[in-house]
Amino acid sequence: MRKISVLLFLAWVGFLFYAGIALFTSGFLLTRLELTNHSSCQEPPGPGSLPWGSRGEPGSCWMASRFSRLVLVLIDALRFDFAQPQLSHVSGEPPVSLPFLGKLAFLQRILEIQPYHARLYQSKVDPPTTTMQRLKALTTGSLPTFIDAGSNFASYAIAEDNLVKQLTSTGRRVVFMGDETWNDLFPGAFSQAFFFPSFDVRDLHTVDNGILEHLYPTMDSGEWDVLITHFLGVDHCGHKHGPHHPEMAKKLSQMDQVIQGLVERLENDTLLVVTGDHGMTTSGNHGGDSELETSAALFLYSPTALFPSAPPEEPEVIPQISLVPTLALLLGLPIPFGNIGEVIAEVFSEVEDSQPHSSTLAQASALHLNAQQVSRFLHTYSTAAQDLQVKELHRLQNLFSKASADYQRLLQSPQGAEAALQTVITELQQFLRGVRAMCIESWARFSLVRMAGGAALLAATCFLCLLVSQWATSPGFCFRPLLIPMAWGLTGAVVCAGLLATTGLKLDSVVLGAMAAVGSLLPFLWKAWAGWGAKRPLAALLPMPGPVLFLLLIRFAGFFSDSFVIAEARAAPFLLISLILLLVAQLHWEGKLLPPKLLTIPRLGFLTPAGPPRHNGTHALGLGVGLLLCIRLAGLFHRCPEETPACSSSPWLSPLASMVGGRAKNVWYGACVGALAALLAAVRLWLRRYGNLKSPEPPVLFVRWGLPLMGLGTAAYWALASGADEAPPRLRALVAGASVMLPRAVAGLAASGLMLLLWRPVTVLVKAAAGAPRTRTVLTPFSGPPTSQADLDYVVPQIYRHMQEEFRGRLERTKSQGPLTVAAYQLGSVYSAAMVTALTLLAFPLLLLHAERISLVFLLLFLQSFLLLHLLAAGIPITTPGPFTVPWQAVSAWAFMATQTFYSTGHQPVFPAIHWHAAFVGVPEGHDFTWLSALLVGANTFASHILFAVGCPLLLLWPFLCESQGPRKRRQPPGNEAEARVRPEEEEEPLMEMRLRDAPHHFNAALLQLGLKYLFVLGIQILACALAASILRRHLMVWKVFAPKFIFEAMGFIVSSVGLCLGIALVMRVDGAVSSWFRQLVLAQQKAGEQSSLVYTGAGSSAREAQSHLLPPCSQDLLASGTSLFYNSKS
Amino acid sequence: MKDTDIKRLLYVHLLCIFSIILSIFIPSFFLENFSVLETHLTWLCICSVSVTAVNLVLYLVVKPNASSKRSSLSYKVTRFLKCCIYFLMSCFSFHVIFVLYGAPLIELALETFLLAVTLSTFTTVPCLCLLGPNFKAWLRVFSRNGVTSIWENSLQITTVSSFVGTWLGAFPIPLDWGRPWQEWPISCTLGATFGYVAGLVTSPLWIYWNRKKLTYKNN
Repeated sequence: MRKISVLLFLAWVGFLFYAGIALFTSGFLLTRLELTNHSSCQEPPGPGSLPWGSRGEPGSCWMASRFSRLVLVLIDALRFDFAQPQLSHVSGEPPVSLPFLGKLAFLQRILEIQPYHARLYQSKVDPPTTTMQRLKALTTGSLPTFIDAGSNFASYAIAEDNLVKQLTSTGRRVVFMGDETWNDLFPGAFSQAFFFPSFDVRDLHTVDNGILEHLYPTMDSGEWDVLITHFLGVDHCGHKHGPHHPEMAKKLSQMDQVIQGLVERLENDTLLVVTGDHGMTTSGNHGGDSELETSAALFLYSPTALFPSAPPEEPEVIPQISLVPTLALLLGLPIPFGNIGEVIAEVFSEVEDSQPHSSTLAQASALHLNAQQVSRFLHTYSTAAQDLQVKELHRLQNLFSKASADYQRLLQSPQGAEAALQTVITELQQFLRGVRAMCIESWARFSLVRMAGGAALLAATCFLCLLVSQWATSPGFCFRPLLIPMAWGLTGAVVCAGLLATTGLKLDSVVLGAMAAVGSLLPFLWKAWAGWGAKRPLAALLPMPGPVLFLLLIRFAGFFSDSFVIAEARAAPFLLISLILLLVAQLHWEGKLLPPKLLTIPRLGFLTPAGPPRHNGTHALGLGVGLLLCIRLAGLFHRCPEETPACSSSPWLSPLASMVGGRAKNVWYGACVGALAALLAAVRLWLRRYGNLKSPEPPVLFVRWGLPLMGLGTAAYWALASGADEAPPRLRALVAGASVMLPRAVAGLAASGLMLLLWRPVTVLVKAAAGAPRTRTVLTPFSGPPTSQADLDYVVPQIYRHMQEEFRGRLERTKSQGPLTVAAYQLGSVYSAAMVTALTLLAFPLLLLHAERISLVFLLLFLQSFLLLHLLAAGIPITTPGPFTVPWQAVSAWAFMATQTFYSTGHQPVFPAIHWHAAFVGVPEGHDFTWLSALLVGANTFASHILFAVGCPLLLLWPFLCESQGPRKRRQPPGNEAEARVRPEEEEEPLMEMRLRDAPHHFNAALLQLGLKYLFVLGIQILACALAASILRRHLMVWKVFAPKFIFEAMGFIVSSVGLCLGIALVMRVDGAVSSWFRQLVLAQQKAGEQSSLVYTGAGSSAREAQSHLLPPCSQDLLASGTSLFYNSKS
Repeated sequence: MKDTDIKRLLYVHLLCIFSIILSIFIPSFFLENFSVLETHLTWLCICSVSVTAVNLVLYLVVKPNASSKRSSLSYKVTRFLKCCIYFLMSCFSFHVIFVLYGAPLIELALETFLLAVTLSTFTTVPCLCLLGPNFKAWLRVFSRNGVTSIWENSLQITTVSSFVGTWLGAFPIPLDWGRPWQEWPISCTLGATFGYVAGLVTSPLWIYWNRKKLTYKNN
């Protein structure tokens, strides 16, 4: 019951976190499905005649092309008012003089001189206002969100239909110069391209000057149909200086000259478009959805008259994506499939045509084509995804059918009135605008309420973890109150949901989850606050040691800086190393690091038992140094978030198959296999050290035989994978088959091993032995006459004990038969043995998913977690009989190490850095199991999260395990040597982990506390990510750094919390198995009818067999069940 | 412990601070183009030398601990040599720790080593002056209840604050501000210097503040 309530409570806390994450995500991450359909010339978007374009005519598709060439000048962050003239608003006042006003003077002049040729629009941009998303919008005509769920995460290349693709597929020569982001988006699409790096925002001139160097020569050469230039200077100037800086005036004047130069070179068949991709705030940043960020300038110019009327007084406001269908139709291209923009109708008026209706008719036909295309897209999209509102969809479809029918009717009778055409135009425009509004509603709006709610929920849950983990260590802790408010809250939420469902209101599952979470959280917090918080000051709630708190705070703060998130691969080891040094320093400060004899003159040093002390301070120092070394070595396997000249990834991350040169490959292969063997040997050695390798239980047999088999399989797989290309052709099929089967075999073995472990987790060796336990007193050699009282204190009990022993031996010999004794070995490490076995079994399949050389990192991982556990155990006092605590520094170090290992296994929290090749391990080529691939890639990415979360209970177990090495020396105050010696040597074999079993209540409380602390440390990370993403949602790097970081952290958290619950469940399973094992044993003994005793020993090496000792009253359960067999016959 | 002791301590510390300030300004009279940031390594050497010199002179003048009875020349020479070895050892071990912390292994080795030298100057040299080449005494001073005089107490504070300063100095390195002082190891040396100065300033104040609570075994 206690176990179940602990697990339930942990699962519930996990659920609270998930609810918070889901709520935040639903408000922050806008998602949309990317369709890969394409429009083509041959397929018109819908039925109906094509008014002008006949398919045979070259250069025209759905509509006859109006321009054969296009110059698109994209000036990054060209805000609308940058193109405004410097106006004096009120005659009396001096004109407002801002550096950015009136600098595009040529633009203004041309607007005045040629009103029918040029037009300025205010283009309304959809958030997120970041360059990459805007470029996508400007070419696809859709509303890119941060996550466009598509087929390809590995690159930024646009998968959707877009203008550039249409241009190249119709054979136009597209020349590009400027921001290299275009190279990522449209790899290989340009006939000629000049890319310049865009990353350094302090550099105002490199990109612009580079473009200017090539612009006019290229233009004069005539080797182009579409010329795209992307200037970055204005944007960088905004980031560096802000718009209100004289530098901005200079930059804008330069742009003005560029436009002038272009206009002078334009020929009659060429259209010039000057536009900004987004605006900027008063501080020069962008990314969000404020008025200034979302208004950009759009300027169209044609050497021939284009517009039917003079421009209006105030420039018209049009959506940015209107440009896409407009340009497509003007250039005689199909409109990109996913476009939802509306054509700028007025450019489709035939100015020189004499017929009265033709102008309106042309506009109507353009709009109709556009509407047909949008309707086709809507139809396709709504069958593929369900995120659009059904009702609205129906309304819009009806609107479209009506308008389309009207249009067709008018086309049949061309004598239709002008007014009727106008109505059709209005209807079509209504349709298009409705579609856009609907899409914006579901794709492109942050929900601040949800974001704040999610963050608040996360914060409250973190607080809850802190509160309950404190509470769990208090002596009067009981498990019942944990479940009651939880149950109340859940029932409340269910009732609420039921009510809503019956009243017919449709509720989001995310909101429902969040409501359930809040509903169960509030009564709990209130109750905890009222019942517990009132008694103590709030300061007692923060029991973390200051330095650890400080380190956690630094980690928390680091999430708010994009530089630190990028550099986390170096920052996490830095913090981890600091924590380790802190631990060592603390040990020294408290006098535990160095044996007291170094500090004081050893008085009776020669009396210490022969051989070096097995556990002392220099040992701890060595552990610390070893740890630092491991961490540094693991740091060599570093991957850059982005390949830049300043940062190059480690070459060791690539698979061996990519290596050329036989010798190096062989050496590396040998090293990898060596690492594997070392890992296996280390695990076996560890199990042997604690004696668990002697047990005849199936899991141990598996460890003895199955693990080497798995190692062999892995090595063989590596050999095949790295040398597959060199295989002779006859064996190709064999090799391919084997490289599919081997990983499956290893994974299957691992799974069966885990099953065995779950089935029989108790790895002890039971020996029934007749005869009395031969307790042997070890007399410490003592030479010379006793000189002091202390020495006398030491000697006298020894003599006494020896006499007692002799006496007892004589007594027992008088009995005809000694009591039947059952010796059970390795009980002291039964929990950890199961954990270590499980971790090793888990590590193998995860190892297979990585590149070969990562096996070295896995070896380091095991090594450094072993060292860390030892180091931590040195600082943790064992408190019997409880309550047991796991200190914060242990949990923090564990979490830091999980992060550090995430990076050192070659991962980075950005999408292009995901190891996609993991999806093909053990999967035959050509098969497409989506869920399996996702599982494999996820397991690869979060391998370190899984291992460390599952291994988390070791933090609790290890100090007890180390007890066998350092017989409670550290519990003695240093310097009190005399007393230490007096402690009877044979008092009892160290109980090790059986101490935990002896206090089941405290054991469960400690497991709960451990889980909550770990969840807290992970929880504040995800909270920091969420807060950073929401506070910095206007930041330049939000979609590049913060949002991916949040997603990775959230996924990692989910994986970790599940792993944690599994790890704790495994410990509980072992505990249950140990209990039932005891019970069986007792029953067997009862049947035998013997008065017997159970001999229990921690480490079962045969040399120590003689030292086995009587089992103390081992388990309270057993006592309660009415057996008192665990007492020795001496009573 | 008397107030005069604390006053002496304060003056000694002020002299140390003064030596650091001098090391910033004096060299520009002799060297062309000298500035702390641009010719950083030169400054590091000058600063280390001047702080070491001032420490030695002050130690000889003030004699905070009762000097040992033996004063033969050979004893002094071996003691001095031992001190040098200790100093070098501490430089190398700091270098190793920096590399373990993530400093580049091969590139910028000179810079890393000079940082180690600077940090040793701020931490090891005072220890050597005050405690001599006696590792056990060092261990005693840096453990709980191991302090036996205000000099040792202030040594504890300045040493720890130098370490903390160096540690904090590493934090600006990853930031993308593009300042010259963010380069390795400038921010760390500056952090060490600031930490040392802060320790020098705060330790007399802290001791003065806690003079009622502080009781030393040997005093």
